[in-house]
Amino acid sequence: MAESLVLIEHDRQQVKRPSLHAITLARKLGGEYALLVLGHRLDGIAASLVSYGACAVVVADDPALAKPLADRYATVIAEAARKRGAKTILGTSSTFSKDLLPRAAALLDAPMVTDVVAIEEMDGSISYRRPVNAGSMFAIVKVEGDRRVLTVRGTAFEAPAADAAPCPIKRFDFDAASLPNGIQFISREERKSDRPDLTEARVVVSGGRPLKDKETFERLVGGLADALGGAIGATRAAVDAGMAPNDYQIGQTGKVVAPELYIALGISGAIQHLAGIKDSRIIVAINKDPDAPIFQMATYGLVGDLHRIVPQLIESIRRA
Amino acid sequence: MKILVPFKSVPDPNDATVVGAAASTPKSVINPFDEIAIEEALRIRERGEAAEIVGITIGAPTVDEQIRAALAMGVDRAIRIDDSRALDPYAVARILRVLIEKEAPHVVIMGKQAVDDDSNQVGQMLAGLLRWPQATFVSKIEFLSNKTRARCTRETDAGLEVIEIKLPAIITTDLRLNEPRYVSLPGLMKARRKSIEVLTCDQLGVTVRPLTTVLSTARPPKRAAGTRVESVEELVTKLRQEAKVL
Repeated sequence: MAESLVLIEHDRQQVKRPSLHAITLARKLGGEYALLVLGHRLDGIAASLVSYGACAVVVADDPALAKPLADRYATVIAEAARKRGAKTILGTSSTFSKDLLPRAAALLDAPMVTDVVAIEEMDGSISYRRPVNAGSMFAIVKVEGDRRVLTVRGTAFEAPAADAAPCPIKRFDFDAASLPNGIQFISREERKSDRPDLTEARVVVSGGRPLKDKETFERLVGGLADALGGAIGATRAAVDAGMAPNDYQIGQTGKVVAPELYIALGISGAIQHLAGIKDSRIIVAINKDPDAPIFQMATYGLVGDLHRIVPQLIESIRRA
Repeated sequence: MKILVPFKSVPDPNDATVVGAAASTPKSVINPFDEIAIEEALRIRERGEAAEIVGITIGAPTVDEQIRAALAMGVDRAIRIDDSRALDPYAVARILRVLIEKEAPHVVIMGKQAVDDDSNQVGQMLAGLLRWPQATFVSKIEFLSNKTRARCTRETDAGLEVIEIKLPAIITTDLRLNEPRYVSLPGLMKARRKSIEVLTCDQLGVTVRPLTTVLSTARPPKRAAGTRVESVEELVTKLRQEAKVL
């Protein structure tokens, strides 16, 4: 049985939509796949997952799993993979899956491939395509052994349709008392935002170092994002300078986005940043340096002072 | 407290001509995330919370240049596992595991990913193999309870998260943990007198073989440059009528 096990991420209220994209790769791999969800009080989350064509929604529900602590979660993921005889264990790339899945891979004594963007079949065996060197190259990777762990680039695979006949929800029983206890949750930054999630938004507006300070960043980047109903992103430099929080960072070591429209304000186009935006459909660059590398990949480029241009742009969009 | 810092040599990511170039031999540097790990270890020692920092890397003698750079930053001694094969993250984790069991550090600090391979796996795998706690993507470290625990701030997709881990543990570093120092001339002089121990997998009694192999690499298709627009009006018109995104 070539079963895949897809790790689904949630925030206790609802499933994180990009985590569903890994299901699309599981379908391409062929064979049955189950969805695995971990946490506490998961009835609503589990019920929302029954129509994605899986053979089962496997639920590990226990107070011990209330927070996603790596030592406990990886242990349960590995145990579930073993009990179900799963050959491929996969999840969409995120800090959640990147924290847990390599640890689970080690517990399963299995190799892992990060950020898969496509699969290729050669002589009956599957190899995986993934970006390396900040996305400046692709590597085709072959994996030995009968079990492997993957993370999947959410932007490279479509969201799956939820149109299948409902599958059963199966409780996964494990010994909660014997789980590791070396990591303790202390706190999480709570930040309320009415803007869409960066990795799901149709429009993303991003800012770089020339935005100067937090207030200007919010007024120009935030103002344009709100006029377009979009999300906010930032370069590493803008985050380092304290203009935007860490989870706004886009690029090689931050988030990868592929919206319909990406607007880069005062972003010169370091390769590490371009790695996170190059699959966007339309890229607009506004920068005062006509030689900025971003203009070499932007669909539309406008040279000029963003402090003057952006308020005009906001006004022009709002007027329409 | 003893800190162990595994690090990797990578092609210099700041040399744009190097990336993917086949013609010249690219200049190598310590992986920037591992450099942050080394810097953090130095700061912990400077605060009086650690007595020894051991650097570890895997590779051919050519990586000795990066080992000297780590020693010049202030690492006390270094170990090179002499292995020039193209190892995958799991093979690296299995080798490091044996060395960590031998060296018995209180904490291992390492980069969250290497900027050439971008896998982001070794630290977590190591923690899994050792059954140690882990804190990944860390931007702040504090030791508590007579250095039996560490409080770590993690950079996650949903913002900052704080956890406490029991030691010994694995910590992987994110960009904003610190800014690594430059190597000083006295540091370089001192580094010459520090020892580099060379070990083989045979000597460590570890047999590993990479289970993933890169069959080929290729450049992705280049995104074509678009058009320059001259005004906000022209941009809005293009976005509306040509691109149809407004």
